[in-house]
Amino acid sequence: MSAESGGENFTQYIQHHLTFWNAPEHASALASLHVDTLIMSCVLGSIFLFWFGWFARRATSGVPGKGQAFVELALEFIDGQVKDAWHGSRKFLGPLALTIFFWILFMNLMDVLPVDLIPAAAEATGAEHFRPVPTADVNMTFAMSLSVLILTLFYGMRAKGIGGYIKGAVSHPFVSKNIFMKVLLAPFNILMFTIEMVTQPVSLALRLFGNIFAGDLLFMLIAGLMTHFISLWYPIGIIGYVAWSFVELLIILIQAFIFMYLAVTYIAMAQQQH
Amino acid sequence: MEQLIALIQANTAIAAGLMIGLGALGACIGMGVMGSKYLESMARQPELSPMLTGRMFLLVGLIDADFFISLAIAMFFAFANPLLTSALTHAAALPH
Repeated sequence: MSAESGGENFTQYIQHHLTFWNAPEHASALASLHVDTLIMSCVLGSIFLFWFGWFARRATSGVPGKGQAFVELALEFIDGQVKDAWHGSRKFLGPLALTIFFWILFMNLMDVLPVDLIPAAAEATGAEHFRPVPTADVNMTFAMSLSVLILTLFYGMRAKGIGGYIKGAVSHPFVSKNIFMKVLLAPFNILMFTIEMVTQPVSLALRLFGNIFAGDLLFMLIAGLMTHFISLWYPIGIIGYVAWSFVELLIILIQAFIFMYLAVTYIAMAQQQH
Repeated sequence: MEQLIALIQANTAIAAGLMIGLGALGACIGMGVMGSKYLESMARQPELSPMLTGRMFLLVGLIDADFFISLAIAMFFAFANPLLTSALTHAAALPH
């Protein structure tokens, strides 16, 4: 980026950073894949798995090393949160919460890296565009929240039986003892159930996406200021980048935690008996 | 055509200002109400404060989220306006 007259080039810089690596190229939105999102999320998920698996396999009951102590600390923190929300077996929910939390945390952490670092490296090896933050892609967050929805339905049905689950959907939240009133209230109950099942994944996905996308965009804007090399904007850009990094770190942690917490709450809620 | 582009720019600026301003207003009111209640309840029962602090940060994230969504959309429209881009491509295609 050379020193230029701002305006047009600044917008081009932002738009360049907002474009995904689409494959196959020029395909319609429904027929193409965001390769950058797929690569980054798979790599970060594998890093989490290998990191935690490494320490889990060589865990000792003696004096733990620093790495093992950190993994144990993280595990106990997540387990405590799940214990608060759900009093039954944590055989599945605990590992699920741990995976969700650390996967989202790792993906969000790509936000704090300099905006041009990974894209420049990827573009040097031939990619046209590269967006390194998978959670700033609405496809990624919706994929995760829809997976949570499927798990919610599955665990609800497993806990109450398919018939019991449908009965719960038809007869709650408006309850009546009279058989006539039951039939009358059934459509409203089904409507409420549908609304709940739609708003849960949508709010879960859009909350994460909105936060990380806004943070990412602000980083891009600040980095855009720094493209005016010999001007007053350059030091302001550096200060702004550092300051916003601190705010963003807090947001990243809170959003990863909220996604994990709400996913556990939804799955726990579906299993509770009325 | 210049008039149309100026119209899009002016309306986008107003919309972005409203989105950020109203979003910040709502988030600030919500945060203030929650913060005051948090301090009140912590003063009443100090032994609950670790649990309350966790819950407070959860709510901070929930309250912040809506503001950040509107901020993101406003920033997107301010700096990479798709409406303006389509108008500009139409203008470039017009014979002069």
